[in-house]
Amino acid sequence: MKRAGFASRWLPILLLVPQLSIILVFFYWPAAYAVKSSFYLQDPFGFGQTFVGLENYSSLADSAEYLRVTNFTVVFTVLVTFFSLALALLLAVKADKVIRGAKSYRTLLMWVYAVAPPVAGYMGLLLFNQRWGPLTEFFNVFGWEFNLRADYFDTAFAMVVVSVWKQVPVNFIFFLSGLQSIPKSVREAALIDNRSASGRFWDVTFPLLAPTGFFLLIINITYALFDTFGVIDTLVKGEPANNPMTLVYKVYIDGFRGNDLGGSSAQSVVLMLLVLALTVFQFRMVEKRIHYT
Amino acid sequence: MADISLSAATPVVPRRRFRWSTVVDHAVLITGALIMFFPLLVMLQTASTPDVETMKYGPGLYFGDQLDDNFRKAMFEASGFSGANTGLSMFKNSLILGLGFAIGKIVIGMMAAYAIVYFRLRFATFAFWLIFTTLLLPLEVRILPSYEITQKLGLLNTYTGLIVPLIASATATFFFRQFFRSVPEELVEAARIDGAGPVKFFIDILVPLSQTMIAAMFIIMFVYGWNQYLWPTMITTDEGMYTLVRGIKRIVQVLQGGNEIPEYGRANVLAIIAVLPPVAIVIFFQSWFVKGLTESDK
Repeated sequence: MKRAGFASRWLPILLLVPQLSIILVFFYWPAAYAVKSSFYLQDPFGFGQTFVGLENYSSLADSAEYLRVTNFTVVFTVLVTFFSLALALLLAVKADKVIRGAKSYRTLLMWVYAVAPPVAGYMGLLLFNQRWGPLTEFFNVFGWEFNLRADYFDTAFAMVVVSVWKQVPVNFIFFLSGLQSIPKSVREAALIDNRSASGRFWDVTFPLLAPTGFFLLIINITYALFDTFGVIDTLVKGEPANNPMTLVYKVYIDGFRGNDLGGSSAQSVVLMLLVLALTVFQFRMVEKRIHYT
Repeated sequence: MADISLSAATPVVPRRRFRWSTVVDHAVLITGALIMFFPLLVMLQTASTPDVETMKYGPGLYFGDQLDDNFRKAMFEASGFSGANTGLSMFKNSLILGLGFAIGKIVIGMMAAYAIVYFRLRFATFAFWLIFTTLLLPLEVRILPSYEITQKLGLLNTYTGLIVPLIASATATFFFRQFFRSVPEELVEAARIDGAGPVKFFIDILVPLSQTMIAAMFIIMFVYGWNQYLWPTMITTDEGMYTLVRGIKRIVQVLQGGNEIPEYGRANVLAIIAVLPPVAIVIFFQSWFVKGLTESDK
């Protein structure tokens, strides 16, 4: 807070009331409700609930399907995060280097930021259409019988491609602005010290981008875990069957379709703990200060 | 001696010389831009082609002449069961969601941030943590209980139920808190000497000062609200309440089932309309948008 503030007693409370009441009703109440439901077993016909302790959690731990979904989510998150960061960094470095058309390139590479994930998934459905999708035909040329929604691996591949396509622009914007904020003097000094462009990149530019990259790492993990919901839901057309899905999608399928409130809530709580762990990790890293400015 | 003059003669940065690396740079960027653009092109092509052709051959190389026909069908003819689900009504709902979300979030966030930064409050730290914990857990994680509670409150199929639960996180509050803290302290002192009260200071000084920040936040929040999918999918069962992005789920289901010719043209027009407004805003207000986005990590 500011040193010189106002001393009014009621005004700040009045100002805080809208925000606090909304988060109490629509954040803390649902979160508490999820934690509570995770200890209960819901009667499928709506006749009350019975306390079962940690049973929902232990059945999660024993479930082979939950393990499979967890494994897929980890692989998916790693792939999406890595490729969207790497491709965005490549494009940002090039866009920072060119002199002519820099602004046009920026526009052409960032507009996808505003495309909704389910619409991106819908585009994926068109491009990977089993019969005439342009990308399906392209893979067929190489002898890859691409089969969206029928083949586990092919569906997973399409999910990663669409999710990366959708995420590259966000990373690109951040990397480019990070690159442009590197002082000119530093660049010139590096140019004198090191004639090789790749050497300059790894020794000077890359470390200077580390804080941006770390921030983006967290953003991308969160994106792959949660925001890809729309991509996955459209690509499997709402019927996952034997197709891959992520943990968040399973929360939705089990709770909303399967009417298993207890099991779904237990999964929610597991995800909440995961996000909390991620945030604590983020704070610890920021404290260790991997930035130079 | 000769060495020095030689190194001085070769400039460190060669100017206006043809370099292969420049060609490679442009090639990489152009390839990237084309990959970004390609899906939109496919959608445009199918939106302008008769459905029978798309069904038989898939996306072709040439644009057809059916765009206005498909546009008319998509926007004004009802699909679904209730007859309330036209493109126009979905467009209206998307607009209400985008605007309501952006305005609600900014107004509530600014008020809360003002209270936290500029007032001496006994429970300030507590309120701060209460608000900023919401940054940790996205709506997707607590989606089911949120649905149950919204249902209990009787808010299914209402704009309130659509918008307010989405506002329950502190991104805007956090953003404005950072900005208010960077406003020079002397400003408050000067305002107080001049006899301005807290309300006057907020409306006449702080809000005008924050104009660029508000614009940037507005663009980000509008796009975020417009693009919401999971929450609208759960909360709206009445077709008259569908947004364009939520309508995608319907389109996908319609294209999948049935033996009649799938309406690719109409579906793609709707998908394009779902994409255009947020994309246009992001492109036109690019500098504000980029500033707002990259400032949020500070």
